[in-house]
Amino acid sequence: MPKLTIDGIEIEVEPGTSILQACEQLGIEIPRFCYHERLSVPANCRMCLVEMERAPKPVASCAMPCGDGMVVKTNSETVLKARKGVMEFLLINHPLDCPICDQGGECDLQDQAMAYGFDRGRYLENKRAVQDKYMGPVIKTIMTRCIHCTRCVRFINEVAGVPDVGAVNRGEHMEITTFVEKAIGSELSGNLADVCPVGALTHKPYAFTARPWELRKTETIDVLDAVGCNIRVDTRGSEVMRVLPRVNDDINEEWLSDKSRYAYDGLKRQRLDRPYVRKNGKLVPVGWHEAFSAVAAKLKGLPGNRVAAISGDLADVEAQFALKELLGRLGSANLDCRQDGARFDTSVRAGYLFNSGIAGIEKADVILLVGTNPRWEGTLVNARIRKRYLAGNVKIALIGEQKDLTYPYAHIGTGPEVLQQLSDGSHAFSETLRNAKNPLMIVGMGAFQRADGLAVQAAARIVGEVYGMFRDDWAGFNVLHTAAGRVGGIEAGFLPGEGGRDIHGILDGASKGEIDFVYLLGADEIDTAKLGKAFVVYQGHHGDAGAHRADVILPGAAYTEKNAVYVNTEGRPQLARLATFPPGEAREDWKIVRALSEAVGATLPYDTQTQLRQRLMAANPIFAAVGQTTPAAWAPFGAQGPVDAAPFVSPVANFYMTDPISRASVTMANCTEALVGPAQERTGTHG
Amino acid sequence: MSAPASDHGHQHGHEPTSFAFTQENLELAKRIIAKYPEGKQASACMPLLDVAQRQNGGWLPRVAMDAVADLLGMPRIRVYEVATFYTMYNKNPVGKHHIQVCTTTPCWLRGSDDIVHACKNKLGIGLGETTADGQFTLGEVECSGACVNAPVVQIGDDYYEDVAPEHIDGIVEALKRGETPKPGSQIGRRSSEPVGGPTTLAAFTTTQADD
Repeated sequence: MPKLTIDGIEIEVEPGTSILQACEQLGIEIPRFCYHERLSVPANCRMCLVEMERAPKPVASCAMPCGDGMVVKTNSETVLKARKGVMEFLLINHPLDCPICDQGGECDLQDQAMAYGFDRGRYLENKRAVQDKYMGPVIKTIMTRCIHCTRCVRFINEVAGVPDVGAVNRGEHMEITTFVEKAIGSELSGNLADVCPVGALTHKPYAFTARPWELRKTETIDVLDAVGCNIRVDTRGSEVMRVLPRVNDDINEEWLSDKSRYAYDGLKRQRLDRPYVRKNGKLVPVGWHEAFSAVAAKLKGLPGNRVAAISGDLADVEAQFALKELLGRLGSANLDCRQDGARFDTSVRAGYLFNSGIAGIEKADVILLVGTNPRWEGTLVNARIRKRYLAGNVKIALIGEQKDLTYPYAHIGTGPEVLQQLSDGSHAFSETLRNAKNPLMIVGMGAFQRADGLAVQAAARIVGEVYGMFRDDWAGFNVLHTAAGRVGGIEAGFLPGEGGRDIHGILDGASKGEIDFVYLLGADEIDTAKLGKAFVVYQGHHGDAGAHRADVILPGAAYTEKNAVYVNTEGRPQLARLATFPPGEAREDWKIVRALSEAVGATLPYDTQTQLRQRLMAANPIFAAVGQTTPAAWAPFGAQGPVDAAPFVSPVANFYMTDPISRASVTMANCTEALVGPAQERTGTHG
Repeated sequence: MSAPASDHGHQHGHEPTSFAFTQENLELAKRIIAKYPEGKQASACMPLLDVAQRQNGGWLPRVAMDAVADLLGMPRIRVYEVATFYTMYNKNPVGKHHIQVCTTTPCWLRGSDDIVHACKNKLGIGLGETTADGQFTLGEVECSGACVNAPVVQIGDDYYEDVAPEHIDGIVEALKRGETPKPGSQIGRRSSEPVGGPTTLAAFTTTQADD
């Protein structure tokens, strides 16, 4: 453990710690441009220079490992002069366009120029001008502002694993470019603008719309996939201006996928801002009271077994819990939160959770992906697998569709029969699994969205049992969900009750006329044609497939417009917070259910969200541990049986359009066109 | 500041659409790749770019860089970075004879400006330009690493050293006739020995020869 002195303070650090990191431990701020905690260290900006005794010249603290007996000064005259010199060089070619630069107000160069800049330039020659590059639909480039820190190059190579960006030419002619003029084929490209310390790379959809100091910042979570990324929603007035990632090392580190980041413009389009009731085949805007009366009139005298409810991908826990209780009061057990038709056993928590935790991927030495394309189903999970791959000594194998996952893997089969071969040891990959210390399996919804889902789940469980994925010290069996509402729905009990119908039974029953009333809580990805002649109530925030079919529309709130609990694929409850108010007449979802319960004469016993949450916590204590995971005890799950040899198919056909919000987003449409293919027809049944 | 070698502005639009190594060069490439350990094939990037440049008449179109990248299993941008970093890789077509005059300080002190003038006058083109017949491209380069015999002109793979403006006419005429003028010192000195022949250890070497 090297011991050194920084600014007269003695500190002992882990071997391999750089001087810059040691300074941070002491709370000494070192200016930097190229250094980034989660990227490799190139030491090319020279801003972090410090003085070291017995060194002939200032040293770059980001790349200098701490040594025993070093004496470092970070605030001497020499250091200040050296940094001022570096700053002057950086500003030689940097344009003075801060007033029209989107980075203005949150720019590292601007901030550090306040400390180390000179109040006038001494350079009389022309500044250099660099042609802007095309980097796809979400990244705007003004390359003259680039200071060549190469953070973007390192990010896209290391974290994103899509080596599309590089630095060409040399010296004064150096430029950052894509190869050649092509959109960056990464779902993480938005992070390029975040890592850029200047205004060279900025967010295209956010261009010229707001200044950072006029935005109200709300710390909340993302719900456009089941990863539950921590985000900050920046709003001005009633408008969401942008979405940025927040640091959470257990989930998304500090990255965010392009869908979660840029789909926010979908919050302004296709919104349901008032209740509607279908009259003579046409949806007519009405007041809340009339909408509730229409529902109540339909429900009156209807036996419970003819009533059903389906919750969608974006439904929060409170609304699902309240709706479940309402259906219970109406005598119905027909409810399901698995609108995608996935069949898996929900009786054992370990059977449907990402048990190892996303951060747990880093402890695995063999990773087996089953019926999943994590790059599209959980982008940040995939980034974590890539991080594990970069650390070395890991074997990754995939059963399912062969896709570019940004890291190499062995493709060992396409269907569930491979799981059986693995469990009896007849498959070539069995040897690798047997020798693994911490084997990890990630099962995607592609493995469950099929008639033999329960058997596949059991087959996967047996593989886990055979290779020690359910140990006291290691939980290696993981399910990667695709919807933010799903695990919350399961934990809240939004599942078929005693003798109740599941999603298949509900749709089947509705098309046969055995179900007369279907309540869709934001369920848009079902085949609405199968709802037959049933009376459909749609509660949600977007005029998507569900609303088109509805007889009554109850306008709800999107995830940025309510305080609500969501549970991510790890089983981690997290709080979404209200950043803007729901538009028009729309209301928070649990309140709608509560108000409706009164209208139909089955009043739910809570008037405030706190009361609701207390009841929720009493029903399932995992909701009490907000932000934390509750380890799931292992017990046999699934149902052993014959499996179909058909190959697994990923449920995500287009990463950029998976839910009502992203389908309404223009940015996501642009991304689809540039990166996935020609605009796809909106069917509302994929996903 | 010299113009980058890639700024032969008038020759844009010559980009071919395909490139493939000849059988012979492919075998050469494989021999080069085999010099590096397994997993480090990317180390062969620079020699392979050279092979590709020679095959393609002295310059590297983008498709050739792609071919090298694909052969080595490297991301294409990585090869593009290498090729654009080094001025010895020409990113635009050059004439049959690529005349590169060194104008860095030692050569400049020894009169490289006059050499540049002589070349311009003889060929009727400016720096970074190619003659209309496609025979000659004139370029200015930074240090060629032969300062002791300054001034230096590199033509193709050959160095012409101790060049005076009056030598240029003869060299260019010989090239036009299809001959290869004698490379090396143009004033007859051997290697980089002193101009007047060995001096410092003359006696020593003579004694040794006598022994």
